[in-house]
Amino acid sequence: MEVTDLISITTFCTHYNVPVTFINDLQDYELIEIVVSDDDNYIKTTQLNELEKLMRLHFDLHINLEGLDAVYNLLERVENLQSEVISLQNTLRLYEDL
Amino acid sequence: MAAIDYYKTLGVSKTASEKDIKKAYRKLARKHHPDLNPNDKEAEKKFKEINEANEVLSNPENRKKYDKYGEHWQNSEAYEQAKQQQQQQRAYQGQAGGSGGYSERDFEDIFGNMFGGQSSGRRSQGNSRFRGQDFNAELQLDLKDVYEEHKRTLTVNNKNIRITIPAGVENGQTIKIKGHGGKGVNGGPNGDLLIQFSIQNHTKFKRDKDNLYTTVDLDLYTAMLGGDLMVDTFTGKVKLTVKPETQNGTKVKLKGKGFPKYKKSGQFGDLYITYQIKTPTKLTDKEKELFTELQKLR
Repeated sequence: MEVTDLISITTFCTHYNVPVTFINDLQDYELIEIVVSDDDNYIKTTQLNELEKLMRLHFDLHINLEGLDAVYNLLERVENLQSEVISLQNTLRLYEDL
Repeated sequence: MAAIDYYKTLGVSKTASEKDIKKAYRKLARKHHPDLNPNDKEAEKKFKEINEANEVLSNPENRKKYDKYGEHWQNSEAYEQAKQQQQQQRAYQGQAGGSGGYSERDFEDIFGNMFGGQSSGRRSQGNSRFRGQDFNAELQLDLKDVYEEHKRTLTVNNKNIRITIPAGVENGQTIKIKGHGGKGVNGGPNGDLLIQFSIQNHTKFKRDKDNLYTTVDLDLYTAMLGGDLMVDTFTGKVKLTVKPETQNGTKVKLKGKGFPKYKKSGQFGDLYITYQIKTPTKLTDKEKELFTELQKLR
C-alpha cells in the first residue's frame, strides 16, 4: 500500500481536535482499522468518511462507544436494505412496464 | 408563510429551562440526525430546523431577543432604530391629527420595510465547530447517457463542479462528492454534495441492474423452419440464427450485450431477447388451402 493512502493518527487527531484514545477505542470495538507502519500508527484515508461520521455521533449526539457499535451495525444494515429496495423497485418497474 | 416557532420545533414550553431545552434538543437530534437517517430528506430538513431552534434557544441572550421579537430577533437592533424613527415621524404626524401607538401590523411593517418581508440568515455564530450542511441534488439522465462513463459540469451555489459519472449507474443511486456541500462553521469541515441519479429510459430495452431485456417479432416461417434474423442491441444490430421449430416466448441470451457493470470497466451484463411469433393475416385462398393440407398432415 502506498504512503499516500494513509494518514497519521496524530495528524488526524490534531486537525479534528479529538483525543488519540478515541481512535484507539474505535479500533478496540473493530469500528476502524489502524495500520502500524514505520513505528507510527495510521488510518486509511478511505475510512475518513466513516470516522467523521463516528465522531459526529459520539461528540455531537453523545452516543457512547457501545451505542456506536450498535448504531454502526444497524446503519450498515439500513444502507444495504435501501440499496436492495432501489434495486427491487427498478426490477418491479421492469415488470410493470410489460 | 407562517413564522417558525422554535419552542414548538423543540417541543418545549416557553418557560422551559436551559436544561429542558438541551434535553429536548439532544433527544430530537438523535432521532433526526442525517447520519442516523441516510438518504432521508425529511429527516435532514427536520434536523436543520432543530439545530436552528437550539442555536437560538440555548443562548440566553438570543432567546431573550427571540422571545421579544420573534423570528426577526436577529434584526432587533435595526428594529429598535427603525421604531425610534417611526415614533418620531408619528409624533410629528400626530401633531397634525394622526393617532399614536403600535399595532402588531406596524411591527410587521417595520421589518417588512427593512428586510423585504423576509428574515435574513438566522444562524447564530457560536464558538463550536460545525460541519457544513450536505447539499442534495437530483441529476436526470437518459439511459443512453449512462451506458458510457462521461463527465458533467454541475453548478452548485454558483460554483462549477466537474464530475465523472461512471458507466452503469443505477436509477435512484446516490454518489457523494466530498467537501462540496455547505461551508463548515468556525473551521469545521465542509459538508458533502449528494447527487441522486434519476434515469429515464426512452429505449425499447428494459433494464434490470446490468441486464437488458427486449422482445423481437419473429415471422411464422422463420420460427418453423429456422433462419437468420437481424436484431437491435443497445449498441447496434447483430445477426441471430433462429433454430427451426422455435416456440413463441422463447428467450435467447446474448452474452455481454447488456449494460456495463458499475465500476467494473470492460464488463457487461447480458441481453435477453424474447421471440414473439407473428402469425400471417389476410390469407389468400391458396394459403388457406396449403395450411389446411398441413393441418391434415398433423
